Parts: sequence; structure tokens; C-alpha cells
Amino acid sequence: MTDRRSFLRMAIMGTASLIVAGCDRISQSSWGPKVLDKAEGLNRRVQVLLSPSSAMAKEYTEADISSVFHPNGTTMPSTPAYQALMANQFRDYKLQVDGMVSRPAMLSIDDLKKLDTRTQITRHDCVEGWSAIGKWQGTLLSAVLDHVGADPQARFVVFHCFDEMDVNTPYYESVDIDEARHPQTLLAFALNDKPLPVPNGAPLRLRVGRQLGYKQAKYLSRIEVVKSFDTIGDGNGGYWEDQGYEWYAGI
Amino acid sequence: MHWVNVIALSLMLFSGLQIFNAHPSLYWGNRSDRGKELLTLGAHRDSAGNLVGTIRMGGHEFTTTGVLGVSKGSDGTLEVRGFPSWLTVPGPGWLAMGRRWHFFFAWVFVLNGLCYVSYSLARRHLQRDLWPTLNDWRGIGHSILDHIRFRHPHGEEALRYNILQRLAYLTVIFVFGVGIVLMGLAMSPRMDAVLSPLVEAVGGRQSARTIHFIIAWAFVAFVLIHVFEVLISGVFNQLRGMITGYYKVDTGKVHTAEPDETISAEEPSHD
Repeated sequence: MTDRRSFLRMAIMGTASLIVAGCDRISQSSWGPKVLDKAEGLNRRVQVLLSPSSAMAKEYTEADISSVFHPNGTTMPSTPAYQALMANQFRDYKLQVDGMVSRPAMLSIDDLKKLDTRTQITRHDCVEGWSAIGKWQGTLLSAVLDHVGADPQARFVVFHCFDEMDVNTPYYESVDIDEARHPQTLLAFALNDKPLPVPNGAPLRLRVGRQLGYKQAKYLSRIEVVKSFDTIGDGNGGYWEDQGYEWYAGI
Repeated sequence: MHWVNVIALSLMLFSGLQIFNAHPSLYWGNRSDRGKELLTLGAHRDSAGNLVGTIRMGGHEFTTTGVLGVSKGSDGTLEVRGFPSWLTVPGPGWLAMGRRWHFFFAWVFVLNGLCYVSYSLARRHLQRDLWPTLNDWRGIGHSILDHIRFRHPHGEEALRYNILQRLAYLTVIFVFGVGIVLMGLAMSPRMDAVLSPLVEAVGGRQSARTIHFIIAWAFVAFVLIHVFEVLISGVFNQLRGMITGYYKVDTGKVHTAEPDETISAEEPSHD
């Protein structure tokens, strides 16, 4: 009986291992990922069709807020520029806004607060699978784009961050103009009625209501309005995208 | 169609376990609160410093070193990982690639499923062969007893689905199949902008993730029973039926499908 059972176990493990090994060869081939990637374009097109640009992410109540909003990724940027700003409680912080804009600007948190702001209690969904709910207060990105006179020809907004994931590899992200102008897309300066804590991206981070966590860039230093992100980083539109994650993070 | 489904479901299971490994815990509701896990594949070091893999469920913890929580990686050394590398695609921890496999085969699964259902409706396979008749319901007790005794129908009777088969296939197609796709979509933040009534109806996004996981294993359970039943009811004849549509009945003659009754003649017709 033991023999038969161990034979069965070996047979199942062996078959599974063969399939897994075969798939690994495909994953590492040059053509495999390209074929599998076809699904990303399909996901984006079909999801945008089924869930239109104007659709709003669900907003929750105070009672739904996570007691601890789990900080993921960088929790303390070590770059000298960031450390210097932090030492002064970010009083000297200014967000640089440039690229395809008619009035490039350096905006302090107070400047941002003078533009249209919004408070929303939304769910954060990490690509790893977990979720947390937080109350975000921030300036509408669309208000910032209008303030600096973004060129209507521009297609993407790129977010440059203070934190480095590797030597000389700063975190960055990008969204398209539709997502950038969505009413739930904020440059958030407060979490749960308090100034944004350092582990969660102080002093300013991006909140996109309908995309996964890695899109929600923390520690923003500069936003750049562009036609294409081909020449930024490895050209995939974000740090994690350069590591093989999908640019479209709606699923 | 059946064999496309076999490939798609297997790869979705393997890549799904890779994705699960990125956060090997399940929750109910909308949040992943620490301490509120329904199930966790965890790891810790014992007093001697050795890695110990565990599964924690409802306050109970079982040691599962070697399979769950801690198992040998592709280089042969023990590592912390929810499901073992021989059950995940890719083998090593590689979430981005796991997601690509999963979403690609999700489309294969959905498009194949839609083709199957429309074909079956058009050819009246669903209405005629799968939807239980009054007579089927009357025979349910008899059918349960037959299954328990592993007695399988012979002769012409073997050419039609019995009541338990009908219920099982309908459940798998419309409850498991539709359910797992909807629960997958309920995890998509973009889709949730329009699906939030569904998400809230099942308890929240983390509930959807838990249900998605449970249905995946329900599929595995179905496949095990299904393969077992095929094996004990004459594997060669059944496989020939699945692939070619010819099914030999006990009288010794080979039943050839008439053009207009192809589907009803294919015992388990898994085209």
C-alpha cells in the first residue's frame, strides 16, 4: 500500500514538475512572454469597454478604514535629497511639474491645497493580493494639469519619485491622460486626516482609484507630462513595469 | 473544446498558485487585516533554526514542511513559499510571469467556455442531454445507490447522462465556471468600478479572492472524481467516445452516431 501510495505521489509530482519545467522554458524564451502578453492589451481594451473611463471606484465609510494601512515597498527613502527634506518636516518641499506644459511650476503642499482638493475613502489593492482601506485627501491631478496648462497632445503623466529601488534606479510610474483626469486621481498629502506618514509616501503620493498598488507612486518629486515614456527608465512606463509587470494595472 | 479546457484549467491552477504565493493568506470582507486570516501558509524557524512550514486555519496549525509554507525550491534547498515549486507556474517565485500565464489562459478558458455553451445551446446538447428531466429526478435515489456501489449503466442506458452526471456537469459549468470568472473579475480594481454591487454581495474583494481559491480547488476535486469515474467505467471506450464520438455498447455492436443525434450519442460528450 505504501509503495502504491508513494508511486502515485511520485507520479503526480513528476507530471506536475514536467509541466512546470516546460512552462518555465516558455517563460524564459524570447517568444513565450510576447504571446502571453497579448492578454494585457485585451484586458485593457475590454475592461475600458466594460468599465468606462468615467466609472468611479467604490468609496467606503469611516467604519471600513483599516486600522493599519500596511506600507509596502520603500518605507524610508535613503537618498540625501529626501533625507534633507524630511529633516525639516518637508517645509521646503516643492513638487516640480514640467514636460508638455505651458507653465512649468514648483508647487509646495500649500500651493497644492489651494487648488481643487478631494477626500475619498477608497480601497488599495496590492498586486500581491491583499487589500487595505484608507481615507485620502489630496489635490485633483486634473486641477494640477489645468494649473500648469498641460498640452492637449500629451498622452501620459509620469511620476518621478525620491526613493531608489536600486543604485540610480529611482521609482517611477505613469498613467494615461484619461486616468490622470479621473476625479479620483489625487496627489494625496493626507492619510486618515493626518499628514501623509513617511512609510506611506510623505509628503505627497499618487492615488489612482482603479489601479493596483504599484501604480500609486509614493514620495513624488516631479511629475512630467509626456507624449511617450519610451526614453524614461527602461521604457516600460514604471519601475515594476521594467521588472516585467503589466503597465495596465487594472486587474 | 474539452481538451483546450484541460490545458487552460491546469495552467490557470498552476499560475494561480504562483499568484497566491505572493500573499499566501485568505480573508473575508474587503480588508486584509493582520490576525484575521482564514487560512495562512506560513513559515517559522524552530529552536534548532530549521525552517518549518505550516498551514493555519481557524486557530489550528499543522506542520506541513516540504509541501506547504516551506518546501524545496528549484535549487533543492528549503525556502519559504506557500505552494511548492512543482505546483506553480513558473516554478520559482515570479509573480509577474505567473500573472501573464494566468490572464492569457483566463481568456482561453472564457472564450472556449463561451463557444461550448453557445454550441451546446444551438445543438440542444444543454437542453436535451444536461437539463434533468422529470424522470431523471425520479431516479435520483437509484442513481445515488448505483454510484455508491460503483455500478455503471450498461447497454443503451450508458449512452445518456444520468441525473448525478447532469447535476454535476451543470454545477461545474454554471456555478464553478461562471463563478470563478466572476470572482476573478471582482478582484480587478478597474472592473470593481462597475462590479461593486457583486463584490459587496459576496462580502468584499478579499471574500471574492477566497471564493475564487475555493472554486479552484472544487474544480480539482471535480476532476479527480471525474477521472476516477471514467477509469472505472471503461477507460478506453470512454476516451474513444470523448474524442471520436463512437461509444461501444455492451451488446457488442459499435453505436454509430446518426448525423442529427451526434451529441446525444457521444457518451460523455466533452467536445
